[in-house]
Amino acid sequence: MPLITYRQALNEALAEEIERDENVVLIGEEVAEYNGAYKVTEGLWAKYGDKRVVDAPISEAGFIGMGVGASMLGVRPVMELMFWSFAYVAMDQMINNAATVRYMSGGLINCPIVVRGPANGGTNVGATHSHTPENLFASMPGLKVVVPATAYDAKGLMKAAIRDDDPVYVMENTLLYGEKWEVPTNDELEEGELVIPLGVADLKREGTDLSIIAHGRCVIESLKAAEVLKHDHGLDVEVLDLRSIRPLDEDAILATVRKTNNVLLVDENRPFCGVSSMIATIIQEKAFDDLDGPIMRVNTIDAPAIYSPGVEPHQLPNVDRIVAKVLDMQISK
Amino acid sequence: MPAQNKTNADKKSACSKAVDYSQAEINKQLTPEDKVELYRQMVRIRKFEQISLKYYNQGVMGGFLHLYIGQEAVAVGTCSLKGDHDHYITTYRDHGHALALGMNMNECMAELFGKATGCSKGKGGSMHFFAPDKNYWGGHGIVGGQTPLGAGLAYGVKYLGHKGSCLCYMGDGAINQGAYHEALNLAGLWDLPVIFIIENNGYSMGTSQKRSSAHPEEGLAARAEGYGIEWDVINGENIYEVRAKTWEAMERAHNESRPTVLEIDTYRYYGHSVADANAKKYRSKEEIERYQREHDPLKIWQNILIEEGHLTEDEAKQIDKEAKEEALASAKFAEESPYPEVADIMDDIYYEVDRGTDKAKHGKYFFND
Repeated sequence: MPLITYRQALNEALAEEIERDENVVLIGEEVAEYNGAYKVTEGLWAKYGDKRVVDAPISEAGFIGMGVGASMLGVRPVMELMFWSFAYVAMDQMINNAATVRYMSGGLINCPIVVRGPANGGTNVGATHSHTPENLFASMPGLKVVVPATAYDAKGLMKAAIRDDDPVYVMENTLLYGEKWEVPTNDELEEGELVIPLGVADLKREGTDLSIIAHGRCVIESLKAAEVLKHDHGLDVEVLDLRSIRPLDEDAILATVRKTNNVLLVDENRPFCGVSSMIATIIQEKAFDDLDGPIMRVNTIDAPAIYSPGVEPHQLPNVDRIVAKVLDMQISK
Repeated sequence: MPAQNKTNADKKSACSKAVDYSQAEINKQLTPEDKVELYRQMVRIRKFEQISLKYYNQGVMGGFLHLYIGQEAVAVGTCSLKGDHDHYITTYRDHGHALALGMNMNECMAELFGKATGCSKGKGGSMHFFAPDKNYWGGHGIVGGQTPLGAGLAYGVKYLGHKGSCLCYMGDGAINQGAYHEALNLAGLWDLPVIFIIENNGYSMGTSQKRSSAHPEEGLAARAEGYGIEWDVINGENIYEVRAKTWEAMERAHNESRPTVLEIDTYRYYGHSVADANAKKYRSKEEIERYQREHDPLKIWQNILIEEGHLTEDEAKQIDKEAKEEALASAKFAEESPYPEVADIMDDIYYEVDRGTDKAKHGKYFFND
């Protein structure tokens, strides 16, 4: 099984879907001739040409709205946002139009659009370029929100997103683009293709003492923290990767809570009205009796993203903050 | 207050009065029956609107009601040109286009009443009519928000290799929205077969064009020049002119895949919505009455048909009567139809949830479902 980067995995997924369905088209700023601002679309324009890979002007409301219109007619556009922070420029199209057209037409119209790109802090680019808006979009019925944590998940979830008949917003992570994971080639797979259904969480690490529930890069930080906790403190930590925020794998959440009876939510969203607030509510409503103690959280510190390279890493969930929080919880084995 | 459309009439189409658009090729193809049918469609829209206003005032409908009365020649003229691959999308003032494209009054009126038999099952309301089987893509509530969608429908037409177009309507207020300019840039840049139609009734809600749009003298469509897009101004009270000039734009879309911006000057007799039903706070009674007296598209078309010998006054009265009966019957249908069930709130949100597929079993979509 080859080791490939998160970036390469996404690139493979896009290429395979372009090959599979002639209605799939990639549109976005710098996706074609420039080969992608983060090189996710590298080589695709050269291989598939102007019709399938299209450079858009810097006008998010215009081109995302255009993608929504084209998707209503049966085209399957995959739109790249250079940063998810720029989604706010296209919010009317992404929420008022993409999320609601199916509902307001009484089910007559589908909108099979994918919007993708990096959504995260940690690259020292200041408050306007560091948003993690999965809570914002996941709060809107009609939308699906996917947050892959590994190259394997990135490939499988992206392919599922493109095949989906509803709008799917895929939030990648800049800090993971260069990281490598094992991803099987199609020849190595029985099914022939890696497609991961949306709404299935993945137990990335089994454990008995505590459940960490996370998504995106926080899964990676949590796995590292779990190693430290095992090695230094003898704690056996389970790490559940949500993979998609909507649909949400509630069964997997409740199962891990019932197994370990202790929960830490790790989420790069801020704590106020974030994804972790939602997960905590679900656990409180449906598995309260299974808890040995309060549900705790590690989130991005509740301020706009600070620029300072010396400080920003501490604003985000990281191994140290996760380990410290777990030790605070004083879990009895 | 000076009449906005008087200045509009001095714009690019000033010479239009001298041109006999009845002799345009697309209009010469009309049979007498076709011409009477155009009249019937205009009358149907007006009666539908009048009856809906009556019921709205009785409090049986929710939300807003943006009436199209006074603008009928625009929808009927442009929609009468539809081919298999021509698509239509508009703003919240969407009843006229819906009827002109063949939606039936029952499903439209029932939607206003919020009934399960409505075209959007009571989920969209007045501003959100849709009929994709008739190439009608709504019905959109945010001013200017539909303009990138219109460009996208045109992109779809082109991508799928069809010889077609998208007619994307908006009011004059929409041209000041950023989304409109982005859509125009994309249309000009990517040769999209889209026709942006500004139904210029002189007022963005309660604010006159002069108080809302910079440099209105030359015409609102003239901004298209900045994007290298052809534009024209049309007298929206004459259906011959509407059809002839819109067809020119559609041919440009069909044959050259190039966009056009058309400004169709028209007038609404009622307010922006029933919230300002009289609309007399921002325009004079005299102005409204003058338009009704001198510029009414129904009367103008009726007179042309009578002059051409295709219609008698008695026949016109009969058409009027039938349309009113049809509209009243649709109100009865709507009244007698059931509301959606409370459980129906949860339908039509996700494709596979509605179909109960295996995929939908993978994760929870809804809180507390």
